[in-house]
Amino acid sequence: MAEAASIGESIGRLVRNDGGRLLANLISNLRDFQLAQDSLQDALESALHHWARNGLPDEPSAWLMRTARRKAIDRIRRAARFRSKSAELAALIELDSEPGPEPDLIPDERLGLIFTCCHPALDRRTSVALTLRSICGLTTEEIARAFVVTPDAMAQRLVRARHKITKAGIAYEVPGPEAWGERLDAVLGAIYLTFNEGYAASSDALLRPDLCEEAIRLCRVLLALRPDEPETEGLLALMLLHHARSPTRLDAGGVVVALEAQDRRRWDRARIAEGAALVETALRRFRPGPYQMQAAIAALHAEAPSFAETGWHEIALLYAGLFALQQNPVFELNRLVALSYVAGPEASLAELDGIAAPLAAYQPYHAVRADFLARSGRATEAEAAYDEAIRLAGTEAEQHFLRRKRGEAREQE
Amino acid sequence: MKYIALIYTAANSAPAYGSAEFGPYMASYNTASERFATDRVLVSAEALEESSTATTLRVRSGKVETMDGPFAESKEQLGGFYIFECPTLDEAIRYAAMIPGASVGAVEVRPIVDFSKLPA
Repeated sequence: MAEAASIGESIGRLVRNDGGRLLANLISNLRDFQLAQDSLQDALESALHHWARNGLPDEPSAWLMRTARRKAIDRIRRAARFRSKSAELAALIELDSEPGPEPDLIPDERLGLIFTCCHPALDRRTSVALTLRSICGLTTEEIARAFVVTPDAMAQRLVRARHKITKAGIAYEVPGPEAWGERLDAVLGAIYLTFNEGYAASSDALLRPDLCEEAIRLCRVLLALRPDEPETEGLLALMLLHHARSPTRLDAGGVVVALEAQDRRRWDRARIAEGAALVETALRRFRPGPYQMQAAIAALHAEAPSFAETGWHEIALLYAGLFALQQNPVFELNRLVALSYVAGPEASLAELDGIAAPLAAYQPYHAVRADFLARSGRATEAEAAYDEAIRLAGTEAEQHFLRRKRGEAREQE
Repeated sequence: MKYIALIYTAANSAPAYGSAEFGPYMASYNTASERFATDRVLVSAEALEESSTATTLRVRSGKVETMDGPFAESKEQLGGFYIFECPTLDEAIRYAAMIPGASVGAVEVRPIVDFSKLPA
């Protein structure tokens, strides 16, 4: 029994560490997500059986790959899909007749597969789910739990996406230079969405797989497969720097803790050091982009000894740069917040009107405005602005936080 | 693979016949079509008369029912199409983006079913 359990553990570890690479290789051979997943599953079941009896083979990954390919051949033959799959079948039989593949000779197809899963023609959130399933090796059940939907609904979403990839002719390849920038943006966007999904869900971390960790792991894979890409470095840095501060973001009761009240001694120094070093490396390539700039801002926050001793002037400049790049009024809002710690709240308050219209339904806009008003000694107006922010708050934790801030507005008068 | 690029534009979004911009707009269609032909991706293409000339029909209980106008009551109407032969969706999208109608309306790219590749 003990041995069977340890074989099970070995297989689990193997899947965790190498499953993404094996699955990506199968998918690119078979041009069929479902068939690849089913065949790998068959091979894993077979491994459980054989390895429990004979012990681990010398090259477990190569063993799994070879077995999965044979299982795929069986499945294609059984399903009588010769006509639609004849080319893939011939290629598989040829691969199978080659002498046993060395593990490092299994070509890593993950990069191409990441681009397939994150193709801009697919729905963004579905891209995230498909990437977690195909590259990170999460099960459909785990992904469903992460997105708080039923496993059936998630399975259907994945089926639809795979169907579109096959039917619409989305290529299994790394895009060429003419499309590189745009396609990389889509990949980075999907990774960041994964991270933010995990960040928003951190209060029930016990129930949901850690999407933040998965996003960081995926970004590391992407960077290892295609190094020297400054925006990938920027995104990895940004996530590391955010994640370093996650232990102090919420208090014991799950209420948001403002940056100025967070215990900086509990921030993860190793992650901050890695993130800050990555930002520097990226910026020295002189190809700036939005992720690098956001990471630079996060590094300034993370490395500041205190809230008061933060490089607010530099942060304001970086937000101005971001706004010039993307014209997102949220960047302008953040610039005004940073500026308020350099030049006082009144100046920022006056400039806030310029972005009032596009941010009218954006909770943080009203919270920021309330803060500027309170710090300018206009408590009654501040309370009204907090009421608007509370009305727009999406979660209980946010409402609780804003009510507390509202209660403190008069103290600053 | 064959892809159809369906061009949807709103009634007054493209330059009108007789206006100063009409000539250059049509010329841009010619340029695009020539490019598609040179690159050997063009299968066929047609422009449609305006949607007010459309008739929609249904056969119900063996009886033909006709209606004046297009099937969908949306602001943007089908105005024409291209059929491309391309190896991947990315290429089809790259060519579809060269259709002048994409700059004033929207282009829907859909793969065309290849019945010879269906499973037995």
